[in-house]
Amino acid sequence: MNTAVVVDGLLKIYGDVRAVDDISFDVHEGEIFGIVGPNGAGKTTTIECLEGLRKPDAGSMLVLGLDPQRDRRALRGLCGVQLQHSTLPERLKVWEALDLYSSFYEHPANWERLLAHLGLEDRRGAPFAALSGGQRQRLFVALALLPDPRLVFLDELTTGLDPQARRDTWDLIRGVRDEGKTIMLTTHFMEEAERLCDRVAILDRGHLVALDTPEALIASLGRGARVVFAVDGPAPPELRDALERIGQVQIDGDRVSVQGQASDASQLLVDVVSLLARSVVQYRDLRTAQPTLEDVFLKLTGSRSERGDEP
Amino acid sequence: MKSLLKMTWVEAKLFLREPFGAFFTLVFPVGLLFLFGSIYGNEPSELLGGRGTIDISVPAYTAMIIATTSLMGLGITMAAYREQGVLRRLQTTPVSPLAILVAVTAVLFGMTLVGMALLVLAGRLVYQMRFEGQLLSVLAGLMLGSLSMLSLGFMLAGVMRTARSAQIVGMVLLYPMLFLSGAGFPRELLPATIQKVSAFLPLTYVVNLLRGLWVGESWGQHTTNVVVLSVLLVAGLAISALTFRWE
Ligand SMILES: Nc1ncnc2c1ncn2[C@@H]1O[C@H](COP(=O)(O)OP(=O)(O)O)[C@@H](O)[C@H]1O
Ligand SMILES: [Mg+2]
Repeated sequence: MNTAVVVDGLLKIYGDVRAVDDISFDVHEGEIFGIVGPNGAGKTTTIECLEGLRKPDAGSMLVLGLDPQRDRRALRGLCGVQLQHSTLPERLKVWEALDLYSSFYEHPANWERLLAHLGLEDRRGAPFAALSGGQRQRLFVALALLPDPRLVFLDELTTGLDPQARRDTWDLIRGVRDEGKTIMLTTHFMEEAERLCDRVAILDRGHLVALDTPEALIASLGRGARVVFAVDGPAPPELRDALERIGQVQIDGDRVSVQGQASDASQLLVDVVSLLARSVVQYRDLRTAQPTLEDVFLKLTGSRSERGDEP
Repeated sequence: MKSLLKMTWVEAKLFLREPFGAFFTLVFPVGLLFLFGSIYGNEPSELLGGRGTIDISVPAYTAMIIATTSLMGLGITMAAYREQGVLRRLQTTPVSPLAILVAVTAVLFGMTLVGMALLVLAGRLVYQMRFEGQLLSVLAGLMLGSLSMLSLGFMLAGVMRTARSAQIVGMVLLYPMLFLSGAGFPRELLPATIQKVSAFLPLTYVVNLLRGLWVGESWGQHTTNVVVLSVLLVAGLAISALTFRWE
């Protein structure tokens, strides 16, 4: 497997804030690599060091075999970039932005085709200010793909999008990966990282606290799937006794949760439902719940991932 | 090179789409010319050294355009581009971010030329404006005046953190200059004490130079103006180079 990005001991300090504190990781070619963590974790700092926009205080980096500081110019033609806090002039039209930016590259991708591919064709004459959040993000993706890059950096691409637009963006990014490009993205949505990324680096306060596939990270919790349901009125004690023979039981008012050993919920579900069918208890809202990346984050850092509002 | 040309073309379109900039550069000065032309005509007058109101207004309004494009146009555009992250985004491409500076400056200078051409056209066709100077000499004066004022605007963009503050400070600098430098109306009409204040306004030197060259005076008669404007140009560029931040 080829490596697209190598980071070794990256350190960036602002005043007395260690924004990125000695982190190391590799990004493989052809994968969607996600850096996930709450606001202020150091995601943007990390990715912008790799883009050559910020100079690290220590550590070494290789991006497509080049040094982001020393080989800035060469690298700029090879990477596609979307920045977290960057917009376009309000009155610039969609086609003008694409036409202008493609003139910056020696062998640009065909922007007309990108426009169609990203579903922006009917907005080609629209000024940037008139685009919806989702359309803006798609335009930024198009601009990032203009250099026909091997590596694409996307910083908080889906922040501020509604759930449907977010899902559409995921499909788009998977499509880009399937063309053989490497994608390095950041997000503060654990769910997004879990659903979209091939591998995830969890960052908290500048520290890299975990790095693996979402599945492996969740499995490392060693926590089985759960079945949860509600009962009418307080749960009778004999129900608890019966359920405890199946798994770990937690009762909170009328809400009951049973956690099994396996990460797969199927057997647990059968056990719980057949037990309930044999008893006289009335139950409703029964569903299964798998541990998520959010649980992993919670366990590793002892805090929730949604700290404060995204600016 | 191709990208610089394209960028300049895009900036020109953006300039024309921005109603304020286009209005104050291309429409307002001509409107003003018609306004005062309809009041005073273009009869030669003692007070104006034997020239008519229109004859001296065209170079003065040209200086007004220079001041507007520099203090409002360049400062605000560059500060806004920095604030919106446009400059930062450009830094991630192979093109030098200096290109956008060159493009914006070229567009503003071009628009100043167009604004002046409109004034000359209106003056000629409607008021039989007299022109006693030499075209090349006037264009050279326009270039010097424009570039030194643009360097002031660039300095503003460097020092001001946001587009909003660049706009406010730009206006605070612009309005007194327009009234007191002789760009908005002839300085001969102002009281002597106020004329003394105008010596501190850079635009005064642009007005003096352009008005002089317009009536055929030689560059030799304008050493003070040339020296002041050249110093402004060099100092403005030096300070900008030191203070300007791309992000
Ligand atoms: N230019 C800067 N100057 C000072 N502090 C900064 C700067 N950029 C980031 N920081 C600080 O570094 C930390 C990490 O920020 P950032 O990388 O933007 O986090 P994230 O992208 O994960 O939200 C934060 O505490 C932030 O305040
Ligand atoms: Mg960020």
